[in-house]
Amino acid sequence: MSNLKTISLTVNGEKVVRQVEPRLLLADFLRNELNLTGTHIGCEHGICGACTLLVNGDSVRSCLTLAIQVDGAEVTTVEAHGKPDSMSVVQEKFQQCHGLQCGFCTPGMLATAEDLLNKYPLVTEEDIREGLSGNICRCTGYQNIVDAVAAARDEVRSQ
Amino acid sequence: MKAARLLPKSAPLVLLAASDREVIMKPAAFDYERPQTLDDALKLLASSDNAKIIAGGQSLMPMLNFRLLAPELLVDISRIDELRGIRETKGRGLSVGALTRHHEMETSKLVEERFPVIHEAMQYVAHLAIRNRGTIGGSLSHADPAAELPMMAVLLDAHLHVAGPNGLRQVAARDFFLGALTTDLEENEILVQVEFPGLPKRSAYAFDEFAQRSGDFALCSVAVILSWSGNFLTGGKKIGDVRIALMGVDETPVRIEVAEQLLSGAKHIDDPLLEQVASVIRDTIQPNGDLHASADYRRHLAYTMSQQTLKTAWQRLQGQTDED
Repeated sequence: MSNLKTISLTVNGEKVVRQVEPRLLLADFLRNELNLTGTHIGCEHGICGACTLLVNGDSVRSCLTLAIQVDGAEVTTVEAHGKPDSMSVVQEKFQQCHGLQCGFCTPGMLATAEDLLNKYPLVTEEDIREGLSGNICRCTGYQNIVDAVAAARDEVRSQ
Repeated sequence: MKAARLLPKSAPLVLLAASDREVIMKPAAFDYERPQTLDDALKLLASSDNAKIIAGGQSLMPMLNFRLLAPELLVDISRIDELRGIRETKGRGLSVGALTRHHEMETSKLVEERFPVIHEAMQYVAHLAIRNRGTIGGSLSHADPAAELPMMAVLLDAHLHVAGPNGLRQVAARDFFLGALTTDLEENEILVQVEFPGLPKRSAYAFDEFAQRSGDFALCSVAVILSWSGNFLTGGKKIGDVRIALMGVDETPVRIEVAEQLLSGAKHIDDPLLEQVASVIRDTIQPNGDLHASADYRRHLAYTMSQQTLKTAWQRLQGQTDED
């Protein structure tokens, strides 16, 4: 295809300039052009939540977003949430509460949890469950995921 | 925390040959333009026989990924500033720019104060990640039969402002939704704004929705507005303006006028009247059965939820009496 367009964005704090086809999904752009394979692709039509990441701090489905649409934006993938020796609060709680089994849904869960904690009080377990209802875990380890988000909430709120 | 270098330093990242990269593209190829003004957007739209508008993309992208649609040109209107924002209008109304995101609507103090029913309905719209990107104009133009925004427009007698090659025109919400995923919009037009006229001063609302999973499309949803009319001092008060809207039970959101008329003018709402109104609603709607719920089940939901929703609205309306 010849209709390439230049996009310039910030990914995990680094400036990226690339030529892309307009139809390239953000998820495919990150995985195939930038080798950031932490963003997982599940259903590819916005149902499973696996590809959720942060655009300008807001959780977004990267399979329902074209790379070209985030031209100029700041994208944060799971690779930037933390590192093994310096995990984010949410990552730490997922580890402590055993909030993952196979880990496929985890990047999307983490991004969703970060955004939920920023935007909602998440007072009850019901609030957390509703907030996470757009992210599917096929290991069905939901209880521990909910526990992890509740623990992260308590930690963040007590600070 | 020290920011780690998260991108590899050298460039050879593309593991696939250019020809193989075709394989991973979900949507069919299209051209893409991102105009800065409404005028430019309209011109671009007119320049192609097969152009589509994209803003948040939360309805369009799944259709592109499935190749249910293969437009030649995508016109991205998301950076047109004149289409943004929630503004007050005369008579306690609000006008909402087409590019307003669902999450903005959900958290707007103005919306919560003037149209608590919209505020409540917004909590049911999909999931946060979708609400972060999806726009009000997109939801209205897409016209999914089980979407909350079209229902709010119909409930509140909203006016939709549409821009086209010949200028602006206004369409009443009830004339805008023609069928499932079908609206009064022409191919060369753009929905630019929706205007919600203010509600009567002494009014109350209730909203309820049933879906299989939180955030999924509704199997049935009911929204009600009740208002007082008449003279409070002489004891002549009665129910005036009544609006009952349902969604998920037909091709478009529907107002049930026969049921509204049964309540308008009443001084009191008791259980037999609620049952009568709910029966009328159940017998008026024409739901389709699908994988998720049979038509009969949707009728049953409509009957039960109408009673509960009307009751809640009536209780809230009674609470309004002693104020003012």
